[in-house]
Amino acid sequence: MIENKEKRSGNYIRAIGAVAWKDLAAELRSKELLSAMLVFALLVIFIFNFSLELDAKTRTSVTSGVLWATFAFAGTLGLNRSMAIEKDRGCLDGLLLAPVDRSAIYFGKAISNLAFMLIVEAVVLPVYSILYNTNLFQPGLLLVILLGSIGYTAVGTLLSAMSVQTRTRDVMLPILLFPIILPVIIAAVRASGGYLQNLPFDQILPWLNLLIVYDVIFTAIAFMVFDYVVEE
Amino acid sequence: MIKVHKLVKRFGLKTVLKGMDFSVDDGEFVALIGPNGAGKTTFLRILASLARPSMGSVNVAGFNLPKEAADVRRRLGVVSHQPLLYADLTATENLKFYGGMYNLPNLSTRIDEVLEMIGLTKRRNDLVRTYSRGMQQRLAIGRAVLHDPNVILFDEPYTGLDQDASAMLDDVLRTVAARGRTVVMTSHDLARTEDLATRFDVLSRGKIAASATKQDFGSGNLLTFYKNVLEEGKKQ
Amino acid sequence: MKAKPTALKTLDIVSLILLAIATYLALVFAPTERVMGDVQRVFYFHVATAWVGLLGFVVAGVSGIIYLKTQDLKWDLVEQAAVEISLVFFFITIVLGSIWARPIWNTWWTWDPRLTSASIVELIYLAYLMLRQGIEDPDRRARFGAVYTLVGAISVPITFISIRLFRTIHPVVIGNESAAADGGFAMTGDMKTAFFFALFAFTVIFIDLFWNRIRLGQLQQKVEQLKLKVME
Repeated sequence: MIENKEKRSGNYIRAIGAVAWKDLAAELRSKELLSAMLVFALLVIFIFNFSLELDAKTRTSVTSGVLWATFAFAGTLGLNRSMAIEKDRGCLDGLLLAPVDRSAIYFGKAISNLAFMLIVEAVVLPVYSILYNTNLFQPGLLLVILLGSIGYTAVGTLLSAMSVQTRTRDVMLPILLFPIILPVIIAAVRASGGYLQNLPFDQILPWLNLLIVYDVIFTAIAFMVFDYVVEE
Repeated sequence: MIKVHKLVKRFGLKTVLKGMDFSVDDGEFVALIGPNGAGKTTFLRILASLARPSMGSVNVAGFNLPKEAADVRRRLGVVSHQPLLYADLTATENLKFYGGMYNLPNLSTRIDEVLEMIGLTKRRNDLVRTYSRGMQQRLAIGRAVLHDPNVILFDEPYTGLDQDASAMLDDVLRTVAARGRTVVMTSHDLARTEDLATRFDVLSRGKIAASATKQDFGSGNLLTFYKNVLEEGKKQ
Repeated sequence: MKAKPTALKTLDIVSLILLAIATYLALVFAPTERVMGDVQRVFYFHVATAWVGLLGFVVAGVSGIIYLKTQDLKWDLVEQAAVEISLVFFFITIVLGSIWARPIWNTWWTWDPRLTSASIVELIYLAYLMLRQGIEDPDRRARFGAVYTLVGAISVPITFISIRLFRTIHPVVIGNESAAADGGFAMTGDMKTAFFFALFAFTVIFIDLFWNRIRLGQLQQKVEQLKLKVME
């Protein structure tokens, strides 16, 4: 019995790994999704630059907001594309035909989506640092970005699996996603701003807690309801 | 191998399958023919555990759907009119991925075998994006038989193929069927279907309207048989 | 076709009478508030509509869960009815709040937690309705709708908390003797009568609308069924 259980959980983890691996392998070859996200992210920063006049004085207070708006917008592009690949050639059916729990597919997709987000962020941060001559590489800020991205992709992967199955799928994802991830954006902006302005840790802590709570709750919810999103 | 009893499938208020009975014995090759919208694809999706039956019982390879779906999936291969392949992966990588999902032992040997069978060994390291429609369809079959399933479902496998590609697909289908597997296939291509299948079931208005073997209607007469069945259905 | 049940007809009339009495109590019977003047009278309906909106929000979330468990389209109808009623009443709440806030806070709009959360709920509802519109298959529509209301029902309280971590200027009227926030006040006996009557009246109106909406949905289903029969 125990052996069987171990074997099952081994299968489960292997399936998660297989899904994430094939997404990353395909993407590292075509670079369609990452290049689109990156170019878009840089364009968003440029638009912010001219619409907000990010001069030295306003910058410190605005930086975290600009960063998270950029991540949120670029993120929907990646989420949409990543699910469209599954839907367009019937690959989602192929995944569903495999003898693994559907939530393994969810976690696999969520991991690859998270990886794409982090790659984009890893490029945007140094570029932003150079453009505005600030150092964004602080451990605290990186932690916030990680926690925020986890929450974002946890919900985003679930909702993109729904939006891709609707008639208006190209416009649907941001409309579904943004009102739901508002707490992530609020908390991440506040926490990042806190680190950038060197606020004392006890003022940042509540926001970090909020992010962790959100991540845990929504990963659990998505795990429970993903079946209903992919099954007929 | 497949036993379906009083199967009903509704989409909202619309009833697609209306108390359908259907069974397939071990090693049979059954062609499911019928007009568009008769519910063929829906039915295959239910057998494939991709859609849930609204009512009735479905048993595939000794397991009940939807309860024991994971056991059914392990013993089932599906080829649909969509290839279910990733365009930015090579043939080998696609098979490796699906092998990982099924947790197959000795995967690389098995992949070699399958590629040999579908005749894609030479192109195994090319991206699927560069494949012709026929090659993609052959690879789709390779993907479907990778885990050596007992039951194989083909949903319109000839869609979008030219004569040569169809002939080549025939060969692969024969090889697959010759291994004693149970096959259910839907197709509009009656001539090809007649060559391959051992039994022919007509699905019309959500039920099996008639079932016959080649001996019943005589070689070359599948079309006449099919038309007669539909005519009779209209009279009722 | 079935005629409207007598109980529902009676409830329609009772609702109208209750609404008339509640209006009278709020506009005439209740004493004029000392500091704010007549504009404070908006408060009775503002809170009552907010209560109904919240009721609809909770009902929608719960029926979403029940639908996912039972897969019975009846609960989808309940959920949709609750969402639509809640959408309308939260809208009234927001408008009434703005009318009140203009003279008291000297602004039409503030980013107060309650007001903002109510607006987020409105946005989630609009996204919900758009999502439903983009899906043909009734079962899938119901499943996605249920998943989305469930996700929304969990996200909105977190949004509320995170906005609350910002400073709030919304007055706390009930359960706060000191009425510290600007615009707060203590209710006299007659005010309480008008207030609780409004709550009661709107609850009855909610039930009445709810019932009517579900009946409408059932009739719609019947029409569709008949259409399908004719087509066959």
